Amino acid sequence: MSTDQTHYELRCRECGRRFGNQPRSICEECFSPLEVAYDYDWIRYLLGEGTIDPVRTMRERITQRAPSMWRYSDLLPLPEGFEPRLPVGFTPLFRAPQLAAKLAGNGEARTAAQNLYIKNDAVCLPTLSFKDRVVAVALAQARAFGFDTVACSSTGNLANAVAAHAARLGLKAWIFIPADLEPAKILGTQVFGANVVRISGSYDQVNRLCSQIADERNWGFVNVNLRPYYSEGSKTVGFEIAEQLGWRLPDNVVVPMAGGSLIIKIKKAFDELSKLGLVEEKPVRFFGGQATGCSPISTAVKTGNTEIEPQKPATIARSLAIGNPADGHYAIKTIKGTGGWSEDVSDPEVIDSIRLLAETEGIFTETAGGVTVGCAAKLYRQDRILAEETTVLCITGNGLKTTDVLAGIYEAERPIAPKLTEFEKYLEETLAASKPRQPEVAREAAAGIAV
Amino acid sequence: MSITVQIPTALRRHTAGVGSITCAAANLDQLFSVLDEQFPALKPHLRDDSGQIRRFLSVYVNEEDIRFLGGSDYAFQDGDEVLLVPSIAGGTN
Repeated sequence: MSTDQTHYELRCRECGRRFGNQPRSICEECFSPLEVAYDYDWIRYLLGEGTIDPVRTMRERITQRAPSMWRYSDLLPLPEGFEPRLPVGFTPLFRAPQLAAKLAGNGEARTAAQNLYIKNDAVCLPTLSFKDRVVAVALAQARAFGFDTVACSSTGNLANAVAAHAARLGLKAWIFIPADLEPAKILGTQVFGANVVRISGSYDQVNRLCSQIADERNWGFVNVNLRPYYSEGSKTVGFEIAEQLGWRLPDNVVVPMAGGSLIIKIKKAFDELSKLGLVEEKPVRFFGGQATGCSPISTAVKTGNTEIEPQKPATIARSLAIGNPADGHYAIKTIKGTGGWSEDVSDPEVIDSIRLLAETEGIFTETAGGVTVGCAAKLYRQDRILAEETTVLCITGNGLKTTDVLAGIYEAERPIAPKLTEFEKYLEETLAASKPRQPEVAREAAAGIAV
Repeated sequence: MSITVQIPTALRRHTAGVGSITCAAANLDQLFSVLDEQFPALKPHLRDDSGQIRRFLSVYVNEEDIRFLGGSDYAFQDGDEVLLVPSIAGGTN
């Protein structure tokens, strides 16, 4: 199997061996992961070098394209002649002033309100998580390589995305998930007609099984043999952040981490834009967030290790519950190499942070988003992130997929008769009985308590 | 005592296509010695120059990561099935 692309190819991240383009994720010499390498001179040519104002020309060529991740197709490993069938990505980036006030504290609320942004992939189409980006690229390659069946191991969001994109492209899909996954994520996979295989075990065990299955079957496993292409889709989060900030880079990015790929790919995106001259080069600090119940990367950063000690996940943030993250080593390097840090939050903090984001900015995120917000709160309190710094929080998934974690928090209101007097009475009783709720994270921030 | 060792496809070109072996290795060090002896070409792909197991190679015993069983201190039991698996990631991020 091979394709004819000329401006990118697979290379080993460690030994540099070249592999052309093929469905393969591992260097057969040193077992290290493969990475897509590009011919940037060719990309400059494609985007407009040689014109009087090449940077302006390149920016215009991109911005004149439709508002989706495909506007950056020159910087993605797409097969020749690829025609996208879904408008994935180009999600909103916007200021989050109310959240900033809570995270930065009263003294710096106004400054932080100007500088805190949310990149909201909770509304990424078609399946409401950033996984649509990676799957879009992976399945483009799956078709080019001639696979009629695609597959993945997943903690949920990837399952939804693979199933939906496969349906759209007419591919068969086999989805392998831990048996205890959130019901909404299972349903949101089955509805697309995918074959869902529930495994009695952790994600890491599912993942290990899938690597064995991939050895035996001629399927396009998006996060096994298609992984180098798949992971490049994550770069579009970084491209969009830079463009939406007016072709400039932020000072800080806070990213939730499971396998650890997203944080390194956003950095790769920023590096590529700098290399092409599309943004002014500047240092960006990368901050990672994990749930305390599954925090192998965060633990390594905090203890000064460069290698991962695997953990047995025990957290409600199941989309981040990877105890043995294969990109963990590179995530640690990215965080340390940029002067960033990694934090982690408990399950109650995750829930409070979901509520805080919803109540301050009107965004309902899943548990991974709660991790991002909760960790950002800590980073502000620790002065690792300052109010005057442009900071982007990456919200990667939608809260409608993990409503189970909020079960029991909101009481079912008693019904009242359809009479104005009944409502007035109800209102009086309700106002008397309740005081405005303040989430734990905000309360502790206001009190200056380190969580 | 006998254990079974499964070798992934990616490494079988160094084992003349052999996909599994049985041996009497008592622990991980002994297992690697057995593999080194039977398949000399395999050795540099399993361990780095300092003799450490390569970063991106995982070893499982009966579906469990050997690091949770004590790593190189784990004493293989009769009938153990050992898997050599390239590390891969996935999930949300």
